[in-house]
Amino acid sequence: MPITRRGTLALPALALAAGPAAAQGAPVKVGVLLPLTGNAASAGNSARAAIELATELVNTPHPELASMPLMATAGLPNLGGRKLEAVFADNQGNPSVGQNQALRLITQERVVGLTNGYQSSVALTASAVAERYGIPYVNGESVATNLTERGFKWFFRTTPIGPDIARVYLDFIEEQQKQGRPVGKIAIVHENTEYGTSIADTIAKEAEARGRQIGLRIAYSANSADVSPQVLQMKDAQPDVAIFISYTSDAILYMRTMRAQGYKPPILIGDDSGFSDDSFIQTVGDISQGVINRSAFDASRPGSNSNKINALYKAKTGREMDDTTARMMQGYLVMADAINRAGSTDPAKIQAALRATDLKPDQLMIGYRGVRFNEKGQNVLASALLVQLRGKEYVSVWPEDQASAPLELPFKGWS
Amino acid sequence: MILAQLVLNGLLVGAVYALFSSGLTLIWGMMNVVNFAHGDFVMLAMYVAFFAATLLGWGPAAFVPVAAMALFLLGVLVYLMLVRHVMRGPMLAQILSTFGLALVLRYAALWAFSANFVSLPEDLTGQVVTLGGLRFEPSRVLAGIAALLVTLGLHLLLTRTALGSRLLAVAEDRTAAMLVGIRPDPMQALAWGIGAACTGIAGGLIALFFYVAPSVGESLVLIAFVVVCLGGFGSVPGALVAGLAIGVIESLSAFWVGAAFKDVVVYALFLGALWFRPQGLLGKA
Repeated sequence: MPITRRGTLALPALALAAGPAAAQGAPVKVGVLLPLTGNAASAGNSARAAIELATELVNTPHPELASMPLMATAGLPNLGGRKLEAVFADNQGNPSVGQNQALRLITQERVVGLTNGYQSSVALTASAVAERYGIPYVNGESVATNLTERGFKWFFRTTPIGPDIARVYLDFIEEQQKQGRPVGKIAIVHENTEYGTSIADTIAKEAEARGRQIGLRIAYSANSADVSPQVLQMKDAQPDVAIFISYTSDAILYMRTMRAQGYKPPILIGDDSGFSDDSFIQTVGDISQGVINRSAFDASRPGSNSNKINALYKAKTGREMDDTTARMMQGYLVMADAINRAGSTDPAKIQAALRATDLKPDQLMIGYRGVRFNEKGQNVLASALLVQLRGKEYVSVWPEDQASAPLELPFKGWS
Repeated sequence: MILAQLVLNGLLVGAVYALFSSGLTLIWGMMNVVNFAHGDFVMLAMYVAFFAATLLGWGPAAFVPVAAMALFLLGVLVYLMLVRHVMRGPMLAQILSTFGLALVLRYAALWAFSANFVSLPEDLTGQVVTLGGLRFEPSRVLAGIAALLVTLGLHLLLTRTALGSRLLAVAEDRTAAMLVGIRPDPMQALAWGIGAACTGIAGGLIALFFYVAPSVGESLVLIAFVVVCLGGFGSVPGALVAGLAIGVIESLSAFWVGAAFKDVVVYALFLGALWFRPQGLLGKA
C-alpha cells in the first residue's frame, strides 16, 4: 500500500515538472515525407525501408559501422539516449498533398525536423511550410536547382544538384568527343514538372556555355500512357546523345517503346531517379543494357560503409539499394546527426547544428566528398560519378580513376 | 513513313483505349452508374495475368480468359454486395461508393503486391514484325483485334439476342421490365459481370506490353472516361470510334505540338465535339 500511495503522490509532481523536460525519454520525432502511393510509390517505399533501417541503426548499437555518427551507440547520446522516431507521411507525389502533410507533421505530430519529399515539386511546397514554422528540413534527393535558391534559412540539401549533374554529363560528352565519337547532336527528353524541367534547363545552360547546342528537347508528362510519338520524334531527328530525365513508370515505357520502334540512340544517359529504381532494372533491365546513369552510391567495395549498409538493406528487403534510396537515407542520417549534436529538440539549435555540419567521406554511407552546407543550405561536397547498366547491376565507368569496369559504347539495349 | 507509323501507333493505342473503355460504357449504359473503380478492375486483371504468366508459366491464350472470368466474378460480387444497395441511395452515394471501392482495391493491391513495378516476360507474343517499313508489335495488334471483337460481340449481344433485349429492358425501365416478368437483379448482376469481364480481357492484353503496378489504373482511367463520353455514354461502337480517334489525335499532336501539350489538343477537341454533339459521337440524344 505505501508504494501505491507514494506512486499516487509522485504523479502530480511529475506533471508539475512539465515544460521542456516533460518528454524526457520519449522518442525524438522526425517527419519523413515520401510518395508512398501514386506513380512514384516504388521509389517511396524503397526509401521508407531505408529510413526504417537508418532509424534502427541509430537506435541500436552497431559497432561495425562505428566510423559513421550515432552508429556505435544506442539512441541519441547527447539527448540522454532518447530514441529516434521517423513519422512517415504519404505525399502521393503531389505538391499540395506534400504541403498539407508537412503542416500536419509540424503542428500535430510536433516533429522537430522534416526530411525527404522525393519529387522536387513536392520538396518545394513542403519546405515552404517548414520555413514558415521555423522547422529544419533536410532533403537528400531532390535536385531542382532553385530549391536552394530561395533564400531559405531552414532548408538544407545533401544531394548533388543540377549544376553538378550538368557538369558531369558535359564533361563526359566532351571526353567522348575526344575519343572520336560523334556528339554534335544532343537530345534532352524530360518529364515536365520541377525536376525534369529544371535539370533540362541546367544541362542546356551548361551546354550553351561550352558552345554546344541542344538539338532536340522533348517535354512530356510522366504519367503518359503512351510515349511512342516522342520515340518517333527522336528516331526522326537521330541525336548522337539522348539524355532522359524521367521517373520510373515513364522510364520503363520509354525503353519498351524504343525497342518496339527499333530505335537506339548511340549514347543513352538516364538521369538517376527512374533509371536507378530497382523496378526499372527488374522490368526492363534486359532491354536497357548499357544505359549510362549518374550515381553517388557504389556498394561494390567490400568493407566500405556503402557495402555494409547495402547488405543490411538487402537482408531487410531482399533488394539492392539504389542510388536514389541511398541519397534519401543519407539525408535522413544527416538530420539525425544534427539533432544529436544540437543536444536539444529546439529547432533553432538543430538549425545551428546543421549549419555547423562537417562530415568526412568515411562518416558517410555514400560516395560524397563530405557534407558541409553553404549559406544557401546546399552541400558543397556532394559529387556524382557515371555508372552503366551491365546485366542487372550498375557498375561505375566514369571518371576513369573511379571506374570499376570499362565503358562500353554504343548503347546496346537489347540483343 | 514517320506519318504512317504515327497513325498506326495512334490506331493501336486507340484500340487499347477502346478495349479499356468497353466495360465502362457497358456498365454505364445498363445501369446509369459510373464505375470509378474501373481502372482498378483493369489493374487487378493485369495482376491476374502477371501471376498466371510468371508463377504458372501460362501464355495469353490461357490467362486472358482466366482474367475475364475472375473479373466477371468480381463484377457480380461488387453488384450484389455494393451497387445493389447504394442504388437505392442518393446519386452522390452511388458515385462515392465506386470511388471508395477504387481506393480499397488500389490500396489492397499496394499492400498485397507492394508498389514495385513488375512486367510480364518479354516476347510472349513474339518479336516485332516489320511490314512495308512499318513496325507492328504483335501484342498491340492482338489487343487491337480483341478490341474489335469485344466491341462486335457486345454489340451483337445487346442488339441480336433475347438476353440483350432483357438487359436493355431493365436499363430502360426497371419497373416496366418487372411487369413483363424480367427480374432486374440477375440482369443487372449479369451486366456488371459482363462489363467487368471486358475489363478482364483488356487488363490481360494490356499487361502484355505495359508495366503492372497498383497505380497503373490511374494513368489509364481518365482517358477511359473521355472515350466513353466522346463515344456516347452507353454506346459500345461509340467507344471504339472515340478510342481510335483519340489515339490518332494524341499521337499526331504529341509529335507535332509536343508531348507535354498533347492533352490540350485532345481535350480541346473533346470539348469542341461535345459542343456540337453533347450526346457523344454515336450516343442517342
